[in-house]
Amino acid sequence: MKIKSTLIDDTFAEAFKMWATRVVITAETKQWAMAAATSMTGFATSVIGCKCEAGIEAEIPADETPDRRPGVSVLLFAMDVKGIGKRLVERVGQCVMTCPTTACYSGLKSEDSVVVGGQLRYFGDGNQISKKLTEQRLWRIPVMDGEFLVDERFGVQEAVGGGNIILLGKDLKTTLRAATAATKAMRTLDGIILPFPDGVVRSGSKVGSRYKALMASTNDAYCPTLRAVSPNTELEAGINCVLEIVIDGLNETVVRKAMQVGIQAAAKPGIKRISAGNYGGNLGQYKISLHSILDGELA
Amino acid sequence: MTIELSLHTAPDVPLEADLISPDNFLSLSKTEIEKQLVEHGNQKASIGDFFNVSGEKSDHLILEGDLSKIKHIGSTMSMGKICIKGDAGAHLGATMSGGEILVEGDVADWLAPEMVGGRVEVRGNAGHMVGSAYRGSPAGILGGEIIIHGNAKNEVGHAMRNGMIVVGGNSGDFTGVNMLAGTIIVLGELGIRTGAGLRRGSVVSMNNSKLLPTFRYSCLYQPTYLRLYLIYLQSLGLPISDDQIVGQYQRWCGDLIEVNRGEILLYDT
Repeated sequence: MKIKSTLIDDTFAEAFKMWATRVVITAETKQWAMAAATSMTGFATSVIGCKCEAGIEAEIPADETPDRRPGVSVLLFAMDVKGIGKRLVERVGQCVMTCPTTACYSGLKSEDSVVVGGQLRYFGDGNQISKKLTEQRLWRIPVMDGEFLVDERFGVQEAVGGGNIILLGKDLKTTLRAATAATKAMRTLDGIILPFPDGVVRSGSKVGSRYKALMASTNDAYCPTLRAVSPNTELEAGINCVLEIVIDGLNETVVRKAMQVGIQAAAKPGIKRISAGNYGGNLGQYKISLHSILDGELA
Repeated sequence: MTIELSLHTAPDVPLEADLISPDNFLSLSKTEIEKQLVEHGNQKASIGDFFNVSGEKSDHLILEGDLSKIKHIGSTMSMGKICIKGDAGAHLGATMSGGEILVEGDVADWLAPEMVGGRVEVRGNAGHMVGSAYRGSPAGILGGEIIIHGNAKNEVGHAMRNGMIVVGGNSGDFTGVNMLAGTIIVLGELGIRTGAGLRRGSVVSMNNSKLLPTFRYSCLYQPTYLRLYLIYLQSLGLPISDDQIVGQYQRWCGDLIEVNRGEILLYDT
């Protein structure tokens, strides 16, 4: 299959079952809401090294947030519910509560939830105040600019992590431009994040290493500098740069959609091939065929 | 399917009608409803002596007429809905734990005392002791919400422990007296001695007020949580301006004669 001059590999992305939550951060200005969200999603590229994956989903106009202030929604993914709870308490406590004027609300309605405000309240040293509006319990924690308002519980749901596409280009400049076009197109969708720096990762990994202490190591099959020495190389002559885009989403459909729009946006002259990363189908619960999503199979 | 009770004979003395409740009527036929016994003063009477009944076996009740002498409607109800097209008597929704009561007219004293959950909305005015504890009881309402679009008289939320009471007009004296927790919002003016004995909880007013000397001024700020409450109330049709939602409030802490953990927030115009 080809899109213009770009070959689309007949392969699949292997994605995993994860758990996710959505955090809505509001603040006096968009700048402060974004500052908190940026801080909260730092060092959250890979669940292996960072214990969670997180990213900014979208900006929310003031008239759509719970308190009518400018907002930002963040998605955070972990391997289990307990992990989500721990990471949220850490990150909301250290990155959102610390940021001037912010408030923090659960952005998912779900049967499952984790306690966040109910843990952070102890920072109030006995001066915290609980409020219950209809079914929503909130905590008011006194801070130096007033109060930090946070939901007692945050909804969590099953989600999909590790959707991906790999762009194989003729040079760095072309491949970077294609990756930027792909991430821009993907970010128009709700329900997904691209957890790596500005959505793009260059250090794709394979499972295992010659060093016993490492769970993963560089994906030599896709390193152009190793094309002549790696017996597993997947690169043909003329491919001099490879970049990957990883997608985490609230469900498989939105991950498939993101991969679809990403491939369509990235398929430009100079992008020789678009592929996807997998582990032979032995590890992940989801196999997302590139050809199938381009044929419109999103469900 | 609804059950409609239309008053055809006004009682001479108050009628104790705590069995007018969705929980009770859900399984009753029209004839059985008409035969339900009520206390008319010190006499036994039946619902049919005072009401025309139509419909049966429903948790949605519609009551019509001047019910200002009908007491205890919806007491202990846990589900369903009661719509009262007129005024209602005392103890409406007493100790209710769920469901909804809507009153198009006024209500007498003791609206929803010691309510545990559910919702009461009154389009008109309310009497004394809205959402209060009964005399000698340690706590008033434990949850739910009471919305009064008009005025309320004295001791709104006496000893309330949780939940929300909103008064669209003015409230009388001793609003939030002996309050333990929860939220009272008065869009009009407060009477005197607001929050006397307040332990925890919030009393909010959109007008300035002379407070007891046992309340101390803390600061002027924009309480984020209050925005959520006011946005919610605005969505219910209460006259709350956008300026009030985003505005600044004086925070007064008290009551010093108690644990000093409560607050009175006054909108700073």
